[in-house]
Amino acid sequence: MQKIIGFIALIGIAIGIAWWSMKPQDEVQQADGASSDPLKVGFVYLTNPGDHGWTYAHEVGRQDLQAHFGDKIETNFVENVAEGPDAARVIRELVEQGNEVIFTTSFGYMDPTLKVSKEFPNVKFHHITGYKRSENMATGNIRFYEGRYVQGVVAGLMTKTNKIGYLGAFPIPEVIQGINAFASGLRSVNKEASISVVWVNSWYDPVKESDAAKVLIAEGADLLAQHTDSPAMLQTAEKAGVKGFGQSSDMHEFAPNAQLFSSVNNWGPYYIQQVQHVMDGSWTTGEGPDHWAGNTWNGLGDDYLVLTEFKNMPADIAAKATAARDGIASGSLNIFEGPMMDNKGNEVLATGAVLDDGGLWAMNYYLDGVLGDLPN
Amino acid sequence: MYDELLLTVLLTSVPLILAATGELVVERSGVLNLGVEGMMLMGAVAGFGVTSLSGSPYIGMLGGATAGALTAALFGFFVLGLATNQVATGLALTIFGTGLSGLIGAPLVGQAIDGLPVFIVPLLSDIPVLGVLFRLDLLAYLSIGLVAGTSFVLFRTRAGLVIRAVGDNATSAHALGYSVLKVRFYTVMFGGMMAGLSGAYLPLVLTPHWAEGMTAGRGWIALALVVFASWQPWRVVGGAVLFGGVTIMQLAGQARGWSVSPQFLSMLPYLATIIVLVAMSRGGRAERGAPAQLGRIFLPPR
Amino acid sequence: MMRLTPRPYVSPHQLLLVPVLSVLLSIILGGLIFAALGYNALDALYQFFVAPLSRPDQIGNLFVKACPLIIIGTGLVFCYRANIWNIGAEGQLIFGALGAGWVALYLPESWHFMMLPLMILGGMIAGASLAAVPAFLKTRFQTNEILVSLMLTYVAGLVIDWLVRGPWRDPMSFGFPLTPYYPDAALIGKLSLPVVGKLGQLHWGILIALCVSGLGWFILSRTLAGFKVRVAGDAPRAARFAGFSPNIVTFSVLLVSGALAGLAGMVEVSANMGQLQPQISFGYGFTAIIVAFLARLNPAAVILAALIVALSELGGDSAQIAMGIPKVVTGVFKGILLFMLLAGETITRYELSFDLRMTGGKMSRGDADV
Repeated sequence: MQKIIGFIALIGIAIGIAWWSMKPQDEVQQADGASSDPLKVGFVYLTNPGDHGWTYAHEVGRQDLQAHFGDKIETNFVENVAEGPDAARVIRELVEQGNEVIFTTSFGYMDPTLKVSKEFPNVKFHHITGYKRSENMATGNIRFYEGRYVQGVVAGLMTKTNKIGYLGAFPIPEVIQGINAFASGLRSVNKEASISVVWVNSWYDPVKESDAAKVLIAEGADLLAQHTDSPAMLQTAEKAGVKGFGQSSDMHEFAPNAQLFSSVNNWGPYYIQQVQHVMDGSWTTGEGPDHWAGNTWNGLGDDYLVLTEFKNMPADIAAKATAARDGIASGSLNIFEGPMMDNKGNEVLATGAVLDDGGLWAMNYYLDGVLGDLPN
Repeated sequence: MYDELLLTVLLTSVPLILAATGELVVERSGVLNLGVEGMMLMGAVAGFGVTSLSGSPYIGMLGGATAGALTAALFGFFVLGLATNQVATGLALTIFGTGLSGLIGAPLVGQAIDGLPVFIVPLLSDIPVLGVLFRLDLLAYLSIGLVAGTSFVLFRTRAGLVIRAVGDNATSAHALGYSVLKVRFYTVMFGGMMAGLSGAYLPLVLTPHWAEGMTAGRGWIALALVVFASWQPWRVVGGAVLFGGVTIMQLAGQARGWSVSPQFLSMLPYLATIIVLVAMSRGGRAERGAPAQLGRIFLPPR
Repeated sequence: MMRLTPRPYVSPHQLLLVPVLSVLLSIILGGLIFAALGYNALDALYQFFVAPLSRPDQIGNLFVKACPLIIIGTGLVFCYRANIWNIGAEGQLIFGALGAGWVALYLPESWHFMMLPLMILGGMIAGASLAAVPAFLKTRFQTNEILVSLMLTYVAGLVIDWLVRGPWRDPMSFGFPLTPYYPDAALIGKLSLPVVGKLGQLHWGILIALCVSGLGWFILSRTLAGFKVRVAGDAPRAARFAGFSPNIVTFSVLLVSGALAGLAGMVEVSANMGQLQPQISFGYGFTAIIVAFLARLNPAAVILAALIVALSELGGDSAQIAMGIPKVVTGVFKGILLFMLLAGETITRYELSFDLRMTGGKMSRGDADV
């Protein structure tokens, strides 16, 4: 019993000392924050920004933002933040440290961001890839699927075996939109080829991505696409002498002969636009309960998505890829336009109709050209 | 097509063979080192880092083996020198190795290296299907050599006899004048070296990257393989190929459009491990071939 | 050569000194590692151990972080005392969250007044049922419980992934992997303390944790059941002579630790998330192993041990935000801490000497049975 009392006393003493020793400094810090210092902008990252994938693209965007505004802003970031209660705590810490604009860059931060946004109504939050908004929480995303249509076109023209391998991380809307856009592009030039999808169950697992790529190549695929983050698939393709498409960032240096092109997530314009709005006082998350106007969802047309140089392919295919890219950017080419059939032979979009954003988020089917069933 | 798949299976099984063979020797001497996962990660990060610095995957291989052995030495110091609980110390080693490898590897994320080249054995590699056995890298060939060597040393040499004696009856071995702790320390170091090589195999052959926690449970599967193999080196090879097969099969199944949820397919290697453990655990301890004094602390008497 | 001689008597002061010295030594070693990495060691230690307690709300958050560790750690103490090595608490926590989540999502509205008790029950049953697998296999086939419980952790992670992406997915979540929000009756609210009021995210789950720890201490040290557990671990042969069935002990401690891990999963989700998502635990099940050892396998001391370990978790965040130190450093610290504790255990139990005489032989009791 004595021991327990001793322990409890120890806790009390430890906490007391720590609390007391910290108090004065804390107040000084807050006083600093009140003056007209540079605007502090915080970023929450899911992984190490060196990953050459998703987080890396955000890190490049943050650097673009810092370069654009120079000493008018101060950016900082926290990496490797798990998607859960820890995220809420980290976001709160960023607020406590004086950040007035906060970007949380993974889907799993949606509810933590929403929760913290309600606690700090004067801070402006942006959640990337989610769908929940509030008075001071906007959302932003990139139309990644636009690049995948162009990939489908190139793949359809390049493939000799008519087998295309596709690595998916998780069956979530964004990935399914990508697979279907790829299928749409593929079918626009090639009626025979089919897509084999392998789910890796991870965004970043180089060993499993390599294994999956090897298996797909063994199964006869001569073109690989990925919706996972590491360059491992392209490197495997490079070794095996097949070709593929990069993801999130330019992976050319990892696979100089294998990368046909890469869809680069260009977050800089989004970050710059949002921070500019904050500085102008014109920042808003839109009207109404859903604040739909607060969602920014741009693609090739606004340079939010950028395709790297078309390489390792004949000039005529590169020309067709360029035409597809420009068509999407200008709006003259619709990726999801009826008649559209799913891979079970059902019509999912009537002739002449064009899928709207609501339809994009409701995709629970594979389009014709994709093998197998959508999980769940 | 099938030979390509078989090749992938073989490559997946090499790290399991290496790590399990090392652990097998450790357990034969009566020590249970649950820190395989941590030692593998240290081997992986060292293998990657040293290759990246030196430009040579062979030096990287040595770096991985050294890192594994050093990590194991830490385990040896605690378990043998300080007679700490082997299970808890092994867990500490895994936690420590996972953290330290992540810390060392943080600046290495996103880099790529040139891994071990493939040596194609002329003629033999042209055999249909089985030819893939002769289209591997140095470390894969070496892993088979190490299994053969381990089997030979354990059962055909005096050193092997001493190791087994120490694992089965430390007191008698001690009475006969063998230093139990010294023998165990050597086997622990050997196990660490093998786990280090096994970890280094991931960035040197399977994928040219380093990622935090990239072993993804392989160390634990290696531990299960030792039980599966009932402490016989050659059976480790069979078990490892079986596990490699299950791992690759779930990917191949998806590629062919099997309509099973990917999560269930991903469970297969782990469920298979449990089933195998149960199958091998039936019957008594001696029947299974477990070293009699596995996991027990030995204190040299006064 | 180093020699160890068992001490005939260990004073209570030494028992208390070991954890304290281990923590201090780990902090010193941690500082050396920071220095080796090129950071200012003192600044880093400050960020790690002091900065996370600089505001009252952060102290609340410390208890929030410690809450699952206390609950799981108490259960693991029972296991480890009986020499049963359950290292799959992480998976049992996930199953507990699933059991409780099933109640929360599907309980008819008229039953909502019973919501939380039923969720606690559901979580504990689900956690215990996952732990029953290694218990059954160990008692029936002598299968190694370490590996089985660990393998089931991977399986549990995939089960929740499947449920959240499939059958339990919120139809309104646009295909994203989230279940619907729990109804209000299923949420654990914030705790309002006398005088200070609400403290950060502090929720009343912490009271559950404190009760669990106290009850665990009582059962282990004051009841026959607890005595059986201790004897089974300390002197298995004596236990058998006394007629205590080792199989019943094995089953009980695994079920208790599984049920408590499940309870931790229930509390964690109900208090902090309010819905299920693919990732709900962040290594609590593994971290609790260190907590159990830091507490020297004493359920009452688990509270302090959990707070210290939770502090190192929060410190990892703050060191990263302030100094850019990679967060994995927390893992290194936890590993060192466990090593130091084990070494300390030896130093209390044995006398270190450098005697070289060698005669006869002696085996100490088995610490692990494989």
